[in-house]
Amino acid sequence: MPIWKDEKKKNRRDYVEVTPSRAEDLWLRCQSCGELVFRKKLAQNSYICPHCGAYFFLSAEERIASLVDEGSAADVTAPLVANDPLGFVDRKPYPDRVKEAQRETGLLDAVKVVEARIEGHPVVLAVMDFRFIGGSMGSVVGEELCLAMERAIELGVPFVLVAASGGARVQEGVLSLMQMPKTVLVRGKLARAGIPYIAVFTYPTTGGVLASIASLADITLAERGTKIGFAGPRVIEQTTKEKLPPDFQTEDFALARGMVDRVVRREELRSELGKILSLLDGGRYGG
Amino acid sequence: MVDEGTLKALEDKVAELKRLIQQDGLELSEELSLLERKLEELRREYFAKLSDWDRVKLARHERRPTGIELVEKVFDDFYELRGDRLLGDDQALRGGLAKLGGKPVVVLFHQKGRTLEEQRRYRFGMAGPAGYRKAARLMGIADRLRLPLISLVDTPGAYPGVEAESHNIAGTIARSIETMLSVRAPTVAVIVGEGGSGGAVAIACADRVLMLEYAIYSVISPEGAAAILWKDQKATPKAAEALGLSAPKLRALGVIDEVLPEPLGGAHTDPDATADTIREALMRHLDELFSLPLDELLALRYKRYRDVGSYREIETGSFLQDL
Repeated sequence: MPIWKDEKKKNRRDYVEVTPSRAEDLWLRCQSCGELVFRKKLAQNSYICPHCGAYFFLSAEERIASLVDEGSAADVTAPLVANDPLGFVDRKPYPDRVKEAQRETGLLDAVKVVEARIEGHPVVLAVMDFRFIGGSMGSVVGEELCLAMERAIELGVPFVLVAASGGARVQEGVLSLMQMPKTVLVRGKLARAGIPYIAVFTYPTTGGVLASIASLADITLAERGTKIGFAGPRVIEQTTKEKLPPDFQTEDFALARGMVDRVVRREELRSELGKILSLLDGGRYGG
Repeated sequence: MVDEGTLKALEDKVAELKRLIQQDGLELSEELSLLERKLEELRREYFAKLSDWDRVKLARHERRPTGIELVEKVFDDFYELRGDRLLGDDQALRGGLAKLGGKPVVVLFHQKGRTLEEQRRYRFGMAGPAGYRKAARLMGIADRLRLPLISLVDTPGAYPGVEAESHNIAGTIARSIETMLSVRAPTVAVIVGEGGSGGAVAIACADRVLMLEYAIYSVISPEGAAAILWKDQKATPKAAEALGLSAPKLRALGVIDEVLPEPLGGAHTDPDATADTIREALMRHLDELFSLPLDELLALRYKRYRDVGSYREIETGSFLQDL
């Protein structure tokens, strides 16, 4: 569960097997130090292990709670559910997979959208949830993100996206791929309206989401411990036989190569967003 | 049961006979027409019950016409433009100026190779950041000069590699999509071989998207889907079927606008006829798009991509009981 250990450990990136937590678990075991932690205490601590400093996986709801001013969030996620346009069956039918994910997360799909305030600044905030079929972007996620951006335009407030996605939703085929131009299109409308767009890359921000909406923000932050990349390490190794550098696709790799503006520790994310939002507040040429 | 190996063996034999007749002047025309009839018969049988996995193999056929071969047949006076003006020139994604029916256009296309040397140079049609930056550059030319933009898509996907990741391949694809969607001139994409995921969609967000009959367009390769979803490489044909990657299925889904018929046997059996079909379709679609005023063209494009997707609205509150 922990995705980042707050210590100078060389192989701190052994976070491949991230098991998202279930909502009903009252106690969680930190897989970094082995201690049992009371969930409520963990929540108060931005889901950072009080014993060893490791980061726990966050659901969309927990992420929202960790970022917005208390009591300020109004859920505006549209009541949309995925169809099964291809009648897709792999080891189980797609509709069953969706139902299962809904049951497990209490979400309709892999994103939750709220109107909220961050350190006093009103925003439209969209948070993706990796527990829901790997945070993959299918038709519902694409539509929710577009509606969220349109809401930000309507309200005249900044749009904040917290990305957490394995990429496109394979079970919806090319319709998932089409969510890339779809979200990019509405991002263009946001730009023409002069609405700020801040993206936060969290574990993991990859594939089709990174290759569309996530990469086109005005300001981009990466949470410490995230993974940022287009192709999976296995695909790269198989295709190119290249040896991957130890920091490959880490947040520091992205920072050094100019893909993000800053790397931010989880406990500082809210104040960092607040700072950016206040820097962007008012004083626009032409009003 | 006819498989692609039998077909290929017969195709090779026919080619060999033709060569003998032409070069050595041997009198083998009777044998040739016999073989040709047999080939035609087997093709009919094979193509009558083509599986989606068969289509994948046709789309990747080693003799399928490559980007430049089609460009030279479809367009006149192709004039290649090179370089991304930053780091280099990626020959896996090429483009330039050309004439179509006497009118200027900007052309973009993925390039696959035939020989080992070519495959290395073109990296099997997998373009990296320099390729997609060049694509966006050429889209900019189309936009500023109000020239129609035409793309021929044939890639397994964007190049996965350390260098590509280091130079922000994902961001470059995003930028390419953004640029293509904002071109103030008609845009038409034709999936001519493999439409592999993000590397394909990066140059395929057009006003009209056409597809050759045996081309494929997919969110992930059947091999990739089999590995991830079935955890079993043997499930690849099953994955091909499930992904809905064939032209007829994508037409039914509304993702593409028209299926362009290929000669019996596939594009490689008659590249000239294939090119004629593409040219005719391009000119027809461009004619239609040219008749629209710019604001209408852009509004239709906006609607097309804003509305794409398949979901349903539910009553709030009913959701939790449903579970």
